[in-house]
Amino acid sequence: MSRAGFLPIVAVVAALACVPFTTSSNVVLNFLVVALLLTLAGQGWNILGGYGGQYSFGHAAFFGTGAYVTAILQVKYGFNAWPAFAIGIAAGAGVGAVIGALTFRSGLRGSYFALVTLAFAEVLRITASVAPITGAGVGTLIKLDLSARALQFPSRAAFYWFILALVTIALVITKLIEQSRFGAWLVAVRENEDAARALGVDATRVKLGAMTISAAMAAAAGCFYAQYFLFLEAGIAYGPWISVEALLAPIIGGVGTVFGPLLGALMVRTLGEAAKQFTGDVPGLDLVVYGVVLVLVIAFAPRGVAGIIARLCGWLMPPAKKLREAPHG
Amino acid sequence: MVESILAVEGISKQFGGLRAVHEASLSVESGCITAVIGPNGAGKTTLFAMITGFLTPTAGRIIYQGGDITGMPAHRLARQGIARTFQIVQPFAGLSVLENIAVGSHLHIAGRTAALAAAADVAKLVGLDGMLQQPAATLTVSGRKRLELARALATTPQLLLLDEVLAGLNPSEIRDVLPIIRAIRERGVTILMIEHVMQAVMSLAEKIYVLVEGRVIAQGPPAAVAADPKVIEAYLGVGAAARLAGGAHGQ
Repeated sequence: MSRAGFLPIVAVVAALACVPFTTSSNVVLNFLVVALLLTLAGQGWNILGGYGGQYSFGHAAFFGTGAYVTAILQVKYGFNAWPAFAIGIAAGAGVGAVIGALTFRSGLRGSYFALVTLAFAEVLRITASVAPITGAGVGTLIKLDLSARALQFPSRAAFYWFILALVTIALVITKLIEQSRFGAWLVAVRENEDAARALGVDATRVKLGAMTISAAMAAAAGCFYAQYFLFLEAGIAYGPWISVEALLAPIIGGVGTVFGPLLGALMVRTLGEAAKQFTGDVPGLDLVVYGVVLVLVIAFAPRGVAGIIARLCGWLMPPAKKLREAPHG
Repeated sequence: MVESILAVEGISKQFGGLRAVHEASLSVESGCITAVIGPNGAGKTTLFAMITGFLTPTAGRIIYQGGDITGMPAHRLARQGIARTFQIVQPFAGLSVLENIAVGSHLHIAGRTAALAAAADVAKLVGLDGMLQQPAATLTVSGRKRLELARALATTPQLLLLDEVLAGLNPSEIRDVLPIIRAIRERGVTILMIEHVMQAVMSLAEKIYVLVEGRVIAQGPPAAVAADPKVIEAYLGVGAAARLAGGAHGQ
């Protein structure tokens, strides 16, 4: 395992960690917090979709489960926020494992898999919108208690560092997967499932593992959402918006790359904000903008922003390489 | 008597009304090269798919190293030492040649570095060293066939099933691949191959099974099978054997 592979993660995280020292603007920090939250959900999607080739349309199912479990444990059962947060992640992972077991065992692939995940997310959304435990139409409100003990930080910077820490863990996990046997098997399943099986890869188990990790990350984003905004209702927690943005971020940023979701999330949020600035508050227009960008990316940069950066580096690097190799030649 | 590593006992496969394989039996002796030949549509690839766990037989048993493996899934068979190549090559197109082979070596090697090193060794054996970093999608037909072979070998199989590895290669490429197949056998790997290139079958195989319309109609050493009237008729039509024999007498 190469340690050098982790250097870019250290550099990027260190740079991001410094942002609160350069600005105290709540607008900037809020923007970054939401972008990092999206990065976390997108990284989850990327593990399953980018590395495993299983395109989910329903990551809201995991996001919402994480969010609701965190909130309900505190509100209805008097849990402290920290264990509630951890249980929320575990619950999201559990939902991922169950949906994965059902779909992968029955051999659903491609668009069928996408539709079934979408259906599960919708079922959960509708259930949550009527079930008494979620507050049904009224929603769930977490009591304001601005203390680290209650996982509600008094300053935005602290919240920002907390989500940055979660994103860092997700980046490291992704990098570890990339360099492991599990990662090699996962990519093999994406590229050609039959060939992978012939080489001894238990495709169902590998996909199930990826889905569980993927769901855990999306659920962590949901848990954070609950703690940050302190309010949930079915249309937010299980809403299609998070399913869409969780897949947009990695696709725009670069599927199957460590930094794709981060790059993509920053772009998606920038576009969303820009669209709001230009159009006022016409509902749904940001989705139109996303659609156009998605078409452009798929048509002209199928490897996303990360692919464009890699290509630029490719143009810039060769002269440098030649210089280094010159003494040998 | 050489020990048989694989015994197929009367297996059949029915697809709706189509009987692809009908009560076929064969036995593969340890350390040998056995070939299955037969006209197009004879059921050879279906037979392979059943042996390697991609299809479950409708009837019959498959015995591997003394144990019943009928209906066992492909990945578990791979773990037990059965590897296969595909007639229609199935590279992991987005990965490099080395990464492709490493998926195979990961079967018994958990560490990434060790798996990549083992993969590089296998690449050398099949003549793919020198293009390790190339994306698999850019390989020629001959390169892709070698890659199929390398990936299967990287799982360190005891029994290797080759589904037409020579199809689509030109004569000089075939001459390059034949020694590779022999070298694999020299390493102690038992080989069962489907092949249409008769020159290769004749020079490689110790035993041949002829499959026609899902049934084994002849078996034995290459020379005997090639002279079998039933085999000649299966390929050239009813009466062909007699006409050939008559022509020979006439001279």
